[in-house]
Amino acid sequence: MAVKFVRPKIPKFAPDPWAIQFDDQGRLRHLLTIEGLGPQWITRILDTAEGFVSVTDREIKKVPLLRGRTVVNLFFESSTRTRTTFELAAKRLSADVLNLNLATSATKKGESLLDTLRNIEAMQADMFVVRHDQSGAAHFIARHVAPHVSVLNAGDGWHSHPTQALLDAFTIRRHKGDFTSLRVAIVGDIRHSRVARSQMHVLNSLNVGELRVIAPRTLLPTHVEKLGVRVFHDMREGLKDVDVVIMLRLQRERMEAGLLPSEEEFYRLYGLTEEKLAWAKPDAIVMHPGPANRGVEIESSVADGPQSVILEQVSNGIGVRMAVMSLCMSANRGENA
Amino acid sequence: MTQTDRLLPVNEAIERLEAQIRSDRQEGALVDPLIIGIHTGGVWVADALHRALGCSEPLGRLNITFYRDDFNTLGLHPQVSPSDLSVDVDGRDIILVDDVLFTGRTVRAAMNELFDYGRPRRIALAVLYQRDGRELPICADWAGQELNLGPDEQIHVDGPDPMTARLVTSKES
Repeated sequence: MAVKFVRPKIPKFAPDPWAIQFDDQGRLRHLLTIEGLGPQWITRILDTAEGFVSVTDREIKKVPLLRGRTVVNLFFESSTRTRTTFELAAKRLSADVLNLNLATSATKKGESLLDTLRNIEAMQADMFVVRHDQSGAAHFIARHVAPHVSVLNAGDGWHSHPTQALLDAFTIRRHKGDFTSLRVAIVGDIRHSRVARSQMHVLNSLNVGELRVIAPRTLLPTHVEKLGVRVFHDMREGLKDVDVVIMLRLQRERMEAGLLPSEEEFYRLYGLTEEKLAWAKPDAIVMHPGPANRGVEIESSVADGPQSVILEQVSNGIGVRMAVMSLCMSANRGENA
Repeated sequence: MTQTDRLLPVNEAIERLEAQIRSDRQEGALVDPLIIGIHTGGVWVADALHRALGCSEPLGRLNITFYRDDFNTLGLHPQVSPSDLSVDVDGRDIILVDDVLFTGRTVRAAMNELFDYGRPRRIALAVLYQRDGRELPICADWAGQELNLGPDEQIHVDGPDPMTARLVTSKES
């Protein structure tokens, strides 16, 4: 007898699951994901970041905006670049910063996440910057924090890394201006990349001309087309007429999981070499969220080459994070004031 | 609420402002001054002065958004264009320019920002309109026009081309 397949009903949550990011007056309070921000908020964040980037060009790279506020970096997963740029962003806004590496501390001693939170709240923190290997961790924390605390997602599992996507959009805008005429290709391990997911949301919100992903089938999420991208499995086809190439980091664990035959084969097919980059537009820019694996997804001479804006992404990241922090703190002043 | 509008003569005010600065400059009170306008209206006035006084160095623009003292009550103000100061202010004489001097808080913020760029030798303040209502011990070195206004009266400056100024009176009806 044939078994009839019944598609499971997807439970409907709140009509807008991302409404938690805004306060009751529609001001941005938490930044958990790009979804729900819309082009107005994204543009406002990028415009505000322009102002902060100009501050970082000065001799005194500091403004008094968040004097007396406390920002706590809650890193349940290790990260150097993201943590240091968040730390520097907070310090340049004159906030006090506390770095907690929870991968090695209280949680290992059996303290629950909520107990850890309550303890840090009791230290009069105003903002949590959260990095966690579980998708939805920042969202969970945002639902449980005290009303005067803002939460910024600094990367959760495979889900989202909103500030990285915003700084990428900021970098693209500085080089290319208008998004509607641009072709952007994201290359590599799309499936396990929170960065790629957030980039797709941000670029589609900004109405990018064409968004492509280039990857082997094993490194693409199922139904990736539904995220508004054109799928390519071949670099020569995928890079044709592209204005922006975004390379993603390939993690070694993927090879061990049997998704790829070898690093060498991946590099031969998908690694961005000078030869492959020549298939894109001559003025195409090359981006990478870092840390880059030279000789695995990108050739050294491309990473350091004239088309690379990889280090600019890092400096822009500070201005973008300053913008997000000050905008979220703007919403939260009421209860504390 | 009813509103009445009265146009203020802008060009005359700019001319008076320029004449005052020019005569002080001739007396040697200012050495090779750098002109810096405060966004947005102050930049328009500064631009007019910059042209009239024939300064060779580029006009500076200050956006004081990050230095305002009302972040805790009003949050971050939308910022259109960032500060732009391409000339080193260390040891320089500076003419800081704004459209209206009212509470003095904007000028306080602008001076704080200036000091994050360097240590000027002297800062002088030029405003198109000086009105009453100061909340800080700040006053202009030169003003295009002085106005005694009530709490229900406001000056709106629009621009840049042409620059206009209106005196708006709001009355409970």
